[in-house]
Parts: sequence; structure tokens; C-alpha cells
Amino acid sequence: MTALVVMKDIGKSFPGVRALHNAQLELLSGEVHALMGENGAGKSTLMKILAGIYRRDAGEILLDGKPVEINSPRQAQDLGIGIIHQELNLMPHLTAAQNIFIGREPRKAGGLLLDEAKLNADTAEIFASMHLKLDPRTPVGGLTIARQQMVEIAKALSYRSRVLIMDEPTAALNDAEIAELFAIIARLKAEGVGIVYISHKMDELKRIADRVTIMRDSEYIGTVPAAETPVEKIISMMVGRTLTDDRPDIPDHSKSETVLEVKNLNRGTVIRDVSLSVRKGEILGFAGLMGAGRTEVARAIFGADRRDGGDIFMHGKKVDIRIPQDAVRAGIGYLSEDRKHFGLATGMDVRNNVVLASLARFAGPAGLLREGAMHDVAARYIDQLAIKTPSDRQEVRLLSGGNQQKIVIAKWLLRECEVLIFDEPTRGIDVGAKNEIYKLLNALAQQGRAIIVISSELPEVLRLSHRIAVMCEGRLTGILPGGASQEEIMHLATLRGDAANQNKQKTAKGEAK
Amino acid sequence: MSAAASTASTSAVSRFSGAQHRLLAFASLIILVAVFSFASPNFMQTSNIIAILQATSVNGVLAIAATLVIITGGIDLSVGTLMTFCAVIAGVVLTFWGMPLGLGVLAAILAGAASGTLSGTFVAKLKIPPFIATLGMMLILKGLSLVISGTRPIYFNGTPGFTQISQGSLIGSVIPSLPIPNGVLILFLVAIATSFILERTILGRFTFALGSNEEAVRLSGVNTDRWKIAVYALAGSICGIAGLLIASRLNSAQPALGQGYELDAIAAVVIGGTSLSGGRGTIIGTLIGALIISVLANGLRILSVAQEWQTVVTGSIIILAVYTDILRRRRL
Ligand SMILES: Nc1ncnc2c1ncn2[C@@H]1O[C@H](COP(=O)(O)OP(=O)(O)OP(=O)(O)O)[C@@H](O)[C@H]1O
Ligand SMILES: [Mg+2]
Repeated sequence: MTALVVMKDIGKSFPGVRALHNAQLELLSGEVHALMGENGAGKSTLMKILAGIYRRDAGEILLDGKPVEINSPRQAQDLGIGIIHQELNLMPHLTAAQNIFIGREPRKAGGLLLDEAKLNADTAEIFASMHLKLDPRTPVGGLTIARQQMVEIAKALSYRSRVLIMDEPTAALNDAEIAELFAIIARLKAEGVGIVYISHKMDELKRIADRVTIMRDSEYIGTVPAAETPVEKIISMMVGRTLTDDRPDIPDHSKSETVLEVKNLNRGTVIRDVSLSVRKGEILGFAGLMGAGRTEVARAIFGADRRDGGDIFMHGKKVDIRIPQDAVRAGIGYLSEDRKHFGLATGMDVRNNVVLASLARFAGPAGLLREGAMHDVAARYIDQLAIKTPSDRQEVRLLSGGNQQKIVIAKWLLRECEVLIFDEPTRGIDVGAKNEIYKLLNALAQQGRAIIVISSELPEVLRLSHRIAVMCEGRLTGILPGGASQEEIMHLATLRGDAANQNKQKTAKGEAK
Repeated sequence: MSAAASTASTSAVSRFSGAQHRLLAFASLIILVAVFSFASPNFMQTSNIIAILQATSVNGVLAIAATLVIITGGIDLSVGTLMTFCAVIAGVVLTFWGMPLGLGVLAAILAGAASGTLSGTFVAKLKIPPFIATLGMMLILKGLSLVISGTRPIYFNGTPGFTQISQGSLIGSVIPSLPIPNGVLILFLVAIATSFILERTILGRFTFALGSNEEAVRLSGVNTDRWKIAVYALAGSICGIAGLLIASRLNSAQPALGQGYELDAIAAVVIGGTSLSGGRGTIIGTLIGALIISVLANGLRILSVAQEWQTVVTGSIIILAVYTDILRRRRL
């Protein structure tokens, strides 16, 4: 059987960066082929070449055994190659249906007019096949990231491609949505579609992948069968060494001072009477399903959204936080889950992004910036977080997704806030770097910072947290000790309505004892 | 700080119906009309209403052209001088060459389309920022109008039907009690046609899509350059219509006229709730915006407020309009 796609000896350089060198991939039809590698290994670049977004410098692409040139996204589509991009690429002002069929709108009146009814009906059909409950006429800008991701997936499906590339499609999805996606993948596979699947979540490999191709430092390392190869082997092929992960013991914080305390936080129906506190040196995990209101709580504390009610205390003193500036002044930092929109000035370079929140510190007399000092600091973080960039002058938008995330982390580390709220800090970050970030968070806690980590990945919450707050539908449904089990968390995460109130009273009593 | 700004923009995105803003603009228009008719009995007279509508026609058509470009996330500073250029071209064809009326009309609209195509090409292909590209075009067109006309007005005395384009009244000839001038009729026809294009056709869909996220459109396999140029070309041809309207009203092409009209047009667009950052906007909003501007000018003149103060008021209205839009989005 000839392979559906063969990419041979692909080379690609950007100014100052060699992104690919002798990269390879062989995709069969009806196969889910995982593409693994650290942040910046070149996965997305290789796939963008296949999807006609970048031109390759060297190498050859065969489709059904025949060499092809793919020079534009349009050509890729015509050849039956579809891609779900790592970064969302939607038009926020347009509806879901309009986004999905952009450029391919059904027409009527001899092609002159748009057939909006058919557009929405076709979209509804795709959504139904995905078991997605979403009105095709909803503008996507108002949707959660997870929902937007589902729209992207629907869009890719609408092309009915023979080759479907998914670049970290599950990064923003919850377990139910992931299960739904995997069901879709199984169906496509049965229809003979070849799927390239990029993800940093190792558990997904075993669930869906048939084969795994591993890349490291822009090169091809090897292709192995997914089922028979132990995860440790794959990881060591990715990072070139074996990782050790020792979870530190949970320290006892009952004597430490409470740094941040939030009382009776309310905002419409999204935050309902949430009270919590974090102590010095403590890592408070924030678990819950997507949409439980965790990000909303963080944003309300940070002053990014208005509050209907609730007080915030730092070291027992009430602080008045109305805008993010107030929060930063009070010593609270927030790392958004949506780095593209809120975390980074993507058009600026690495150096400026790292110092952005602390710029005043680098201003000399007359407001002159001390570039040298800025460079030193940026270089230190590039080193400490292993950020893959040719220099601190590289524009951030040119870095790989995971490395952009590290820049956001560096920015807030530099700000030296007493309280740091991390919202999905390792989304899109590779296993090796994830480990580094866990170590870093632990070190920060040891230095006496109070840390809140919002994460949708239970293993991550369990790995990091000293205490775990669980939310469901805007309510805090309980606070568990660090050693809690996944089942206990899931129970609280799905506790709705009245049951939650009763339970909260119980835990409140429990804490009082 | 930047987080605060971006919060406002997400909220904007989540509730951007814009219907509220249009309602607000419409309500302001009604209030203005009410206040002026209360203050002066002359205001509500049919002749004055018609004068207001007639005064709106040119700015309204220009503002519709500007709306298209602004929805793509661009800006068109050349609408005013392009209008004049098209009028001059009509003058050349009709008066200098003595061609029939229809050809003059066609030439003006084609000149507009050609100029729009050129601006669009600068923006899409040469990647010149719209502000700069159309600023350049604004000056080029102004200069060309003066050169072609020999800096003198071109009169249309040889083409008797020409003044009818704006000043005649088709409606009035059918319903004598409703002497609405053709210029106003044309404004509404242009508005309806453009609205239709925006809402129902693929060109309209791309106009919004480009303003919303151009990169996403490109990655969807769409030839974004081509569509962008098409939008500028359409806007240009609408400027051609504005050129015919103004020339017809003055029975002449005045080559020195035009600069400054673009600002009134953009003001109307903004008051009408179209976002300068693109992706959002309506023709009906722009129409209301244009009406607000001319009702203000007319009403203040009737109340004998000095011209200087009229300008101050218009400026304040623009700021107020945009601020209410921001408030509405923040409230959510
Ligand atoms: N347009 C560009 N200009 C300059 N450098 C680029 C560009 N695109 C990618 N790179 C660089 O090429 C390298 C590979 O990037 P790529 O996005 O393919 O990584 P990746 O494997 O997808 O990583 P991640 O897991 O973080 O998404 C990185 O070092 C990145 O900085
Ligand atoms: Mg990538």
C-alpha cells in the first residue's frame, strides 16, 4: 500500500532559526499518526508546510506516491489536506456558520447571493455529528476558548479532507469534549482519513495514536508504534534524556500567615458567593470543569472584570481592586489562559515582553530605558525557563506556541508579586518544560509566594497543589487537602445546585473544627 | 493596564449586536429633531426637511463608501477629493467632449472604481497602510482635478438634463405632494443596495471577515487581496455617484472642492456605530449618523448659532457618540 503522504528530508529556515532539517513523516490512510516533540521542535512548521502555509526550502512531498507542490492554503485544500491550527484563527465578529464556510459559502440566485439558510443548516448538521450543542448563528467572539476550538474542528471537518492535521486540538478542551473529539477521530479513521495529531498530553497517545513520529531540535528522530512503545521511551526520544519527576512533600502551612483572602465574591450567575484564602508559601490548586467559573474568579480578583460584590484582603487588610493596576500594586499577578489576546504584545520582541509589567524598574533618569539591564534580565529568564529563541530581540509572534507561554510566565516572575494566579500555565507546553515549570512553581512557593494554579488537567492539579479548591457552575463546591483523589475532585466538580450548598456548609464546619 | 483595555474589547466582541447603538443614534436623531422643531417653527416645514435631506445626500453617499472600507479595518481619506475628481471627469466627458448624459454618468462611476482599485492595490498588494495609501490618493486626486480642469469650474450648461440627477424629483412627478429630490432618492437607493451587498453577498461577507481577522481569512484559503481590492473599488464607484450628485447640484464641477468632505463622512460612520477597528458596522447606522450631522447643522443655523460653534458641537457629538458606544460595551 502506498502511503497517503510522505514528507522526505524537509528543510526550512527562518531568519536566524533553522526550524526543520531532514524532517520526515509518513502518513497512511486510516491512521492516526501522532507527531511529538518539545516546544520549538518544528512540529507546527512541518505541518504548515504540508498545509501550504510555508514553502519548504528542501525536500520532497509525495501524495499517493506522486510528488506535489503545495504553495498556498487553497492548493492544500484542493488536494484534500485540512488543518486545525494551534492558534485559533477565527473571525470574532462573524457567526460560527459564517466562520466555518468562509470562502465556500453556499450561494443562490445563480451564485449572486449567499444562501444563509443553507449555510446554517449545513453547519447545524456538522455540529450535530459532533454532538455539539451550539447555534450556528452565534458570533464566535463571545464563545469560550473551548467552544471556539470546537468551531475550528467543525471547520476542518467541513472540508471532508483526506488528510487532516490537528495541531494541539485538545489544549483547551475538557474531558467530555475530548472524548467527543476522539469519537470523531475514530469515525474519520474508519472512513480512511489520515490524521496527523500533535499534542503534549502523553495520555492521549495511547488512547488514539497508531504510530508516533518523534522530532527533536528540528530533526526527525524516529517513528514507533504507539501501543507497544512505553511512554518513557517516547519521552526520552523527545527530550534526549530521561526525566525524573519527584513530587515534593506537601508542607504544613497551618501556621503561615494568610496572604490573600477573598470573601463572598459575586458576579452575576458566573461567580456565586466564592470565599477562599491562600497562605504564604502555599500552592492552591483550582480544579473544575471548563466553564466552572475559575477563570472568572481569577479575573474578578485581578480587577479585570467588575464584581457585583465581595471583598479582597491582603495580609488581613482590605484592598480596593477595581482595575488590574490596583491588583498589581497590591501585589497580585495574573497569567491569562488566553496568551494571544491578553498575555503578550506579540509584535514586540522577547526582551520587551519580559520586562513589560516591570518597565518602570528599567527606566533611568528622564525615563530613559536601560536596555542593557533589560537584556540581562531577559537573557536570565531565557536561560532559566529554556526558552527557545535565537535572541532576546526576536519578535514573540515568531516563537513556537509553548515558548510564547514561557515568556508570559517570565514576565510575571519578574514582577515579583506576592500572589501569583496562574491560569492554565502549562497549556501547550511540552513534558520536559512542564516539569521545569512545576519545579519553578514549587521554588516560588518555597520563597514565600502565595500561588493559585487553575488547571483543567487533574494530574497537574494533584501534582502541584497543597490544597485544592473545586468549583462547579460558579460555586465553590469544596476545598480538599493536597493528597485528595481524582474521584473526590470529580465528585465536587460535578456537584450542582442545592447539593453544593449543603456540602459547602459541611466543609465549612469541617474547617472550623 | 493593557489587560483592562483588552477586557473592554472582549466584552465588545461578546455583545456586539450594535442594534442598541443604532437605537441610541436613532433616538438622538429624534430628540434633535424634537428640540429644533420646538425651538423654531421653521424647522419642521416641508421645505426645510427637504433641504436637510438634500444636504445629507452627498455626505451620506460618501459616508456609505467610507463605511465599506472601515469595516475591512481600513480607512479611506480619499473619498472627498475622489468625489471631485469624478465630477471633473463627468465635466470633461459631457462639456469638453459633448458626449451624451449616460456616458458622463458611466465615466464618473468608472473613474471612481478605477481610483478605488488603485487604492485597494496599494493597500492589499504593496502593503501600504490604508491611512497612508489613501492620504496619498487624496492629494493625487486633488492635484489631478485641478490639472484636468485647468483650475476652473466646468459648467454643465450644454447638458440640460444634468441638474435633474440631483435636483429633479421623480417622486414628485408621480406624487406632487411629496417633492423629494432625486438626490435623496439616490442616497436611499445607494444605501439599500450597499446594505444588500454587505448582508447578502459574498463580497459583503468578506468585508466583515477581513476586518474581523484577516489572517484567519487567508488561512482559510481565500485570496484576501482580491477581495480587499474589490471593496475599495466598490467604495470608489460609490464616490463616483457622490461626484455626480454634487456636480448636479452645483451645475458644475468645482475642482477646488472636496478636501474636508472625508472627515464629515468618517464622522457620520463613527456616529452610526461602525467600529474603526473593523469587523462591525451597518449602513443604516451610517445613514442615521449622516442625518444627525445635517440636522445639527441645519437646526443650529436656523437658531442663528454661528458656523464656528456648529463645528464645535459636531466635534462634541462625535466624541459623545463613540463614548456611549464604549459605555454600552463595558456595561454588558
Ligand atoms: N515565522 C517564523 N519566523 C521565525 N521563526 C519561526 C517562525 N515560525 C516558527 N519559527 C521557529 O521555528 C522553530 C519551530 O517552531 P514550531 O512552531 O514548528 O515548533 P513546535 O514544535 O510546533 O512547538 P510547540 O510545541 O511549542 O508548538 C521555533 O524555534 C520557532 O521559534
Ligand atoms: Mg506548535
